[in-house]
Amino acid sequence: MAYWEPIRELGEEPLVQPGSRLRDVTNDIAGVSENRAPRGWWICFLIAFSFTGVFATCVAYLFYRGVGVWGNTSPVYWAWDITNFVWWVGIGHAGTLISAILFIFRQRWRTAINRFAEAMTIFAVICALIFPGIHVGRPWLLYYVFPIPNQMTLWPNFKSPLLWDVFAVGTYFTVSLLFWYTGLIPDLATLRDRSLTKWRQRIYGFFALGWRGSNRHWQNYERAYLILAAISTPLVLSVHSVVSMDFATSVIPGWHTTIFPPYFVAGAIFSGFAMVETVLLIARSVFKLQRVVMMRHLELMNKFLLLTSLLVGYAYAMEFFMAWYSGNQYEMAHFLKNRPMGPYWWAWLWMVIPNCVVPQLYWFKRCRTSIPLMFVVSILINIGMWFERFVIIVSSLNRDFLPSSWGLFRPTIIDVGTFAGTIGVFFTLFLLFMRWLPMVSMMEVKGTMPQADAHRPGASKADEEAHDPVKIVDEGPSGAGELVPEGAE
Amino acid sequence: MEKRARKTRRTPSVILAEFTSAHAVLHAAEKVHEAGYVRWDAHTPFPVHGMDKAMGLRDSRLGWIVLAFALTGLSGAFLMMHWMNGVDYPTIVGDKPAGAPGTLPSMVPILFELTILLSAFGAVLGMLGLNRLPQHHHPVFQSDRFRLASDDRFFISIEADDPKFDVDGTRTLLEGAHAHHVEVIEEEAS
Repeated sequence: MAYWEPIRELGEEPLVQPGSRLRDVTNDIAGVSENRAPRGWWICFLIAFSFTGVFATCVAYLFYRGVGVWGNTSPVYWAWDITNFVWWVGIGHAGTLISAILFIFRQRWRTAINRFAEAMTIFAVICALIFPGIHVGRPWLLYYVFPIPNQMTLWPNFKSPLLWDVFAVGTYFTVSLLFWYTGLIPDLATLRDRSLTKWRQRIYGFFALGWRGSNRHWQNYERAYLILAAISTPLVLSVHSVVSMDFATSVIPGWHTTIFPPYFVAGAIFSGFAMVETVLLIARSVFKLQRVVMMRHLELMNKFLLLTSLLVGYAYAMEFFMAWYSGNQYEMAHFLKNRPMGPYWWAWLWMVIPNCVVPQLYWFKRCRTSIPLMFVVSILINIGMWFERFVIIVSSLNRDFLPSSWGLFRPTIIDVGTFAGTIGVFFTLFLLFMRWLPMVSMMEVKGTMPQADAHRPGASKADEEAHDPVKIVDEGPSGAGELVPEGAE
Repeated sequence: MEKRARKTRRTPSVILAEFTSAHAVLHAAEKVHEAGYVRWDAHTPFPVHGMDKAMGLRDSRLGWIVLAFALTGLSGAFLMMHWMNGVDYPTIVGDKPAGAPGTLPSMVPILFELTILLSAFGAVLGMLGLNRLPQHHHPVFQSDRFRLASDDRFFISIEADDPKFDVDGTRTLLEGAHAHHVEVIEEEAS
């Protein structure tokens, strides 16, 4: 059996609609950036862009007045800023999981969604990096976190988990960007070769680096991709582990937990998959990509959500169990009283119900294959995972060891605006990406089609039909527009 | 000016053969390899399984480059942390020693991250270096049909400076390998 064939015995279906030609894949995906943007794109873009404006306003006000414009106050000095940071970093993780871990496990269904997911990683990490950047109070001194000489002749403290985080998230962003760009090179060459105007050809051509699909290049390229996937796999596991150590190495009840690294990683992948699904469903309906992003992919993602939901649920249960089993009065007071029955009981319910209860619907095939339902569930999971971080951060801080120092956190309008604004930034970047770059990896999708099997002569007849290459509209005297006469001897 | 430029003597630089399936290009590549050509290449819209073997390519050397970058990242991270916190400005936090070996456990995350960071740069820059990219100019781009090499067509290009190159002989070989279309790309003789 060839590797591209679905295993019928397991009920698998083909990865690309049967009968599709290689050219259909190119036309469907490259066409998005060549045709006029559909109305849906403009509506989404204008909404997202207005929220980017809200973001810019809130950050400008924050820089003008200082972090006092947020609700952070004693004893809750870390609130929405770090909640949002962890939430956004976590969302990014699904992208790396899909692009790297599923690649190593040869899960070929990832081809339909990996470009998407990688783009999502990059934009989510940009949104995440904004928060540590703006929460420092004196953003002009941010360079203190980097190992560069400063006027105090001090170096950063490399024993601090917060500094590990700088390196972890910085590395993560850089590696994700390299990985994404490497994957894009052959597809940028496709856009370059299809371009009808000089400008498109120049811009895409510049970034395609002169890629000519050479097999001698593919050989190194595939090896580079494999190595990037292999190093991104432990990287993605390390990043959220390091993020969790920001909390786990402290002594606050609710934070001081050894389960945090795997628990955070599972939660990150869970929330990231939900976000991939939300964005994918929007893109699939706006740009009509049903041929490539099929129900099978969505169903597999829902199975993944179910699995990671169970992992997250296990971690929640284990936190409670360990609090009780430890016999430590502060731990017990926190987990058994403050979280479910304290002032933030409603946030705790928002964490448990969408993350642990709602995904149980995915035990049923009818639920896994219903698009309206999965859209709602994916958004609920995004909300639930935001509340998970809120519960961990705010409800752990608001009641610590001494009742005299207890206090409550209330967000201000600037908190809300900044957070909603980053969602706008994320979707603005995402919509620009969908519009101008191939949002599905054309070359990888083609590699999963029957036509890619070189050991089988019966390539689809439709693929062999003569068709002419697109011709560049070129008024210049020489260059790309010139046709070499056919059969010149 | 334009007409005069076209009249200058042109010599073939590349022969480009087009194929319509991965199967056809793979078998043609086997034939070209058997015929003993060395300066030639296959161009495909996606990596074709088995092509490296058909072309007789040796394994990629990229792994060694990445290893060198990884070790640089690892040792660089160690030296940086040890020198900054242990030598140049000894920093004692949490009653832990200032430099290695006492601080090795707390160095692990950054040792790991910088190893990964440098490896990623090694993989991407090494790949581009081995492939001699970026290279925006190449004779194959003169062909209009070559635009389909990134869509659904498969090509074999044989360069004129190959010792076995001979316009008619090479063309016959490629046509005999069921090429859909063969063209000779010329450049101005220098």
